[in-house]
Amino acid sequence: MKLTLKIWRQKNTNSHGKFENYQITADTHMSFLEMLDVLNQDLIEQGKDPVAFEHDCREGICGACGVVIDGRPHGVLKGTTTCQLHMRFFKDGDTITIEPWRASAFPVIKDLVVDRSAFDRIIQAGGYVSVNTGQAQDGNAIPIERDTAAKAFDAAACIGCGACVAACPNASAMLFVSAKVSHLFHLPQGKVEDESRVMSMVTQMDKEGFGNCSNVYACEAECPKEISVENIALMNRRFIKSSLTSNK
Amino acid sequence: MQVSRTFYARGQTGQQLLIGAYQALSRQIALGSVVMYNRHEMLDLVMIDGKARGIIVRNLLTGKLERFAAHCVILATGGYGNVFYLSTNAMGCNVTAAWRAVKRGALMANPCYTQIHPTCIPVSGEYQSKLTLMSESLRNDGRVWVPKDKKDVEAIRSGNLAAQDLPEDRRDYYLERRYPAFGNLVPRDVASRAAKVVCDDGLGVNKSGLAVFLDFAEAIQRYGKSEAHAKGIENANPAAIIKLGEKVIETKYGNLFEMYEKITGENPYKTPMMIYPAVHYTMGGLWVDYNLETNIPGLFALGECNFSDHGANRLGASALMQGLADGYFVIPYTVGTYLAADIRTPSISTNHDAFAKVEQEVNDRLNKLLSVKGSQTVEQFHRRLGMIMWDHCGMSRTAEGLSKAKTMIQELRSEYWNDVIVPGEQNEFNPELEKAMRVADFMEMGEMMVEDALHRNESCGGHFREEYQTPEGEALRNDADFTYVAAWEWRDDQDSVLHQEPLKFEKVELKTRSYK
Ligand SMILES: Cc1cc2nc3c(=O)[nH]c(=O)nc-3n(C[C@H](O)[C@H](O)[C@H](O)COP(=O)(O)OP(=O)(O)OC[C@H]3O[C@@H](n4cnc5c(N)ncnc54)[C@H](O)[C@@H]3O)c2cc1C
Ligand code: SF4
Ligand code: FES
Repeated sequence: MKLTLKIWRQKNTNSHGKFENYQITADTHMSFLEMLDVLNQDLIEQGKDPVAFEHDCREGICGACGVVIDGRPHGVLKGTTTCQLHMRFFKDGDTITIEPWRASAFPVIKDLVVDRSAFDRIIQAGGYVSVNTGQAQDGNAIPIERDTAAKAFDAAACIGCGACVAACPNASAMLFVSAKVSHLFHLPQGKVEDESRVMSMVTQMDKEGFGNCSNVYACEAECPKEISVENIALMNRRFIKSSLTSNK
Repeated sequence: MQVSRTFYARGQTGQQLLIGAYQALSRQIALGSVVMYNRHEMLDLVMIDGKARGIIVRNLLTGKLERFAAHCVILATGGYGNVFYLSTNAMGCNVTAAWRAVKRGALMANPCYTQIHPTCIPVSGEYQSKLTLMSESLRNDGRVWVPKDKKDVEAIRSGNLAAQDLPEDRRDYYLERRYPAFGNLVPRDVASRAAKVVCDDGLGVNKSGLAVFLDFAEAIQRYGKSEAHAKGIENANPAAIIKLGEKVIETKYGNLFEMYEKITGENPYKTPMMIYPAVHYTMGGLWVDYNLETNIPGLFALGECNFSDHGANRLGASALMQGLADGYFVIPYTVGTYLAADIRTPSISTNHDAFAKVEQEVNDRLNKLLSVKGSQTVEQFHRRLGMIMWDHCGMSRTAEGLSKAKTMIQELRSEYWNDVIVPGEQNEFNPELEKAMRVADFMEMGEMMVEDALHRNESCGGHFREEYQTPEGEALRNDADFTYVAAWEWRDDQDSVLHQEPLKFEKVELKTRSYK
C-alpha cells in the first residue's frame, strides 16, 4: 500500500515545528511503528534526519508510544495503543497525519517525543501507599471482595501514556490522576491515606499546568486502557470530602 | 504431584508489580532518599584500586556525559535477549551495562542458556521489529498440532483449506503423542524444540513454514457442555454449546484473544491460533556470589542481568520472583555488609583520574561510531546479528554451526565499525546513536554466547546441541564433565577464558527430566 505521511518535525523543545510530507510503501501486516521504522531506514540511508518517536514494549504495556494519528490519540481504534495498531486499518492511498501530544505540561523533546515527567511528579506527590516495601503485610492476607478488586484493577490498568491529556480540549490530566486515586482508594492498604493523597495529587496536577475538566469525556473515548470517567466522579467526591475535612 | 506456585493478574502480572514498585520508588523520591535520573544511560563502569566506584552515563536528552561516584555500584539492567534482534523483550532491553562491566573484568556466566518461549505470534515479514508473547496459560486449554500430511499443509498454507475443517485423524497433536503424561503442558524448552522439529520437517502451517496451531475448539466444546449441564439445559444444540464454551474461554483468556486478533487480524475463537517459539529470557548473566556481588568488589548485579537463580532453564513466574527476592530480601542486607568494611572511606570524588579516563574512552567510542558514516544502518546490522544467532545459537545448535557463527560475528563486527551509518550528533537527543552503542556491545556478547555454546558438549535446559541427544530426540546431559557454571572472562581480540564453578548438590539428587 502507498501512503502519504504528514509528520510533525521539531528539532528540539525550543524550536518551532512544522509538518513535512513523506511518501512510503507499507505492508498491510506491519504494525504502525514498523511502518515508521521503514520510513526511518529510508531517511537514514538518504542521509536525512530520522523521525524521533518513542516506544519500548511494542505491546501496549509501557505507555511510551503515544502519538496523535489523524487527530486521535493512539489512532482511531478503540482500546488500542499506537504500537498495537496495524496497517490493515488504513487504505492504499491514505494520507496519515502524525503529531505529538499537544499539552503545555508535556513539552516536545523532538518530533513526536514528549516529556511526560509531569506524571512522575504527580505520583511522587502522593500516588503510593506509605509503607516500606518488604515489610508490608502480605497482600493476600487481606481478603478483598471480587467486585472491589475488579474496580481497583480496572483503574490500575492505566499505563500513564498521556492520551487522555492529548485528547482533552483543556489538556486536563483528570483521567490519569483519578485512575491512580481510584486504584489505591479501592484497596484497604490505600484507603488509609485517601484524603491526603487526593489533595496532594490534585494540587500537583494543577501546579504542572494541566487544564480543568469540563466533562467532554474525550479522555475516556481515547484511553487505550478504557479507563472510565467514573473514576473522575469518584475523585471529585473524594476531593470535596477531603477539602471539607482537611485541617491543612 | 503438581502444585500452584504462581499468581495471574489479568495477563498484567509484571506490569502490576512494576506499578507497585514504581509507586514505592516515587514515595522514596518524594521523601528525598532517592534521586531518579530519567533518560540517562550507563555507558561504562569506573573502577578505582580494583573496586567499582562509579559509572559514566550519557544524558539522553542533551547527549552530555555525566559522572556518578559511589562506594558501590548495583546493576539491575535486565537481560540480553535482544542479541537475537527479534525477541519478546521490549525494544530498549540491552546488554550494555553488563557488557561494560565484563569489559572491565566481570565474569559472564552461562551466556548460552537462552529461553525460547513456545507460544509467540509468528513472524509476519522482514520488517518485523519484535515478537509478542501469548501467555503460557493458553497451553492449559489449547492443543498444539500440525497436519500429518504435507498435502494438507500445502492446502492450509495456500488458503484452500481452513484449519478447522481438517478432520481429526489427519492432525498430529505432537506434544500429546510424544509426551503423554504432560501433553501440551511440557516445559518451554521441550515444547519449543518440538515445534521446531515439525516445522523443520516441512509441516509448518503459515506461508513461511514457521508456525504451528494452538487450538481451542476442544476446550470450547468441553466448557460449553459443562456450562449447559450446570445451567440445566438439556439437549443443548451444538451452536448453543459453542456459544457457552466461547463465553468461558472469553472470561479466562479474553484479553489475550483480543491481543491476538489485533495483531493478526484473525479470530482465534473460530480458527486455531498460529504460534511459533521466540527468544524470551536469558538465564545467563553476570556471575555473582550468594551476596549478588560480582567478582569485581563493590559491583552487584540483580534480576535478569545476573545468572544466579534459574540454572539452564527458567520456570514460569520465577523471573519476577527473582526480581522481588534480589531487590527486597538479599541486596538490602548484603550491600550493608559490603559497605561496613568501607565505613571510613570518605566520599568518592568524580574528579579522580579514573573518571576522566573512562569518560574519555566513552567519548571516543561515541565519536568513532558517528564518524564511520558508512552505508548500512544500525538496524540492518542488528538484524544480521540476530539471524546469525537465531540460526546457529538458537533452539538447536551444532559444533559446526557455532564455529561458523563465531567467524561470521567477527566479520560482522569489523564490517560494523567500517560501514555503519549513524545520523546526528553526540550532544543532542539521538536515539540512533543510543542504538549504535548497544548493538556494538550485542555483537561482542553474541560472540561470547557462541563460545559458551560451543564449549558445552552436552544438551542441558535452554542449550540443545544436536550431537547430544537420546534416540528419541531428548536432551542428553553430560553430568560427569559439565556440572559447573561456565564463567567467562572476555579478552579483546582473543578467545574468552573459562572459569569453572562446580555445582554441588547437597539436598537434592541430580536427575534427568522425563515428561513421557
Ligand atoms: C513479554 C514478557 C512477559 C513476561 N512474563 C513474565 C511472567 O509472567 N512471570 C515472570 O516471572 N517473568 C516474566 N517475564 C520475565 C520478567 O519480566 C523479566 O525477567 C524481568 O522483568 C526482569 O526484571 P529486571 O528488573 O531484572 O530487568 P528489566 O525489567 O529489564 O529492567 C532493566 C532496567 O534497566 C534499564 N537499563 C538497561 N540498561 C541500562 C543502562 N545501560 N543504563 C541505565 N539503565 C539501563 C532498563 O531501561 C530497564 O528499566 C516476562 C518477560 C517478557 C519480555
Ligand atoms: S488514563 Fe488512559 S489515556 Fe490517561 S494515562 Fe492512563 S492509560 Fe493513558
Ligand atoms: S510501546 Fe509500550 S505501550 Fe506502545
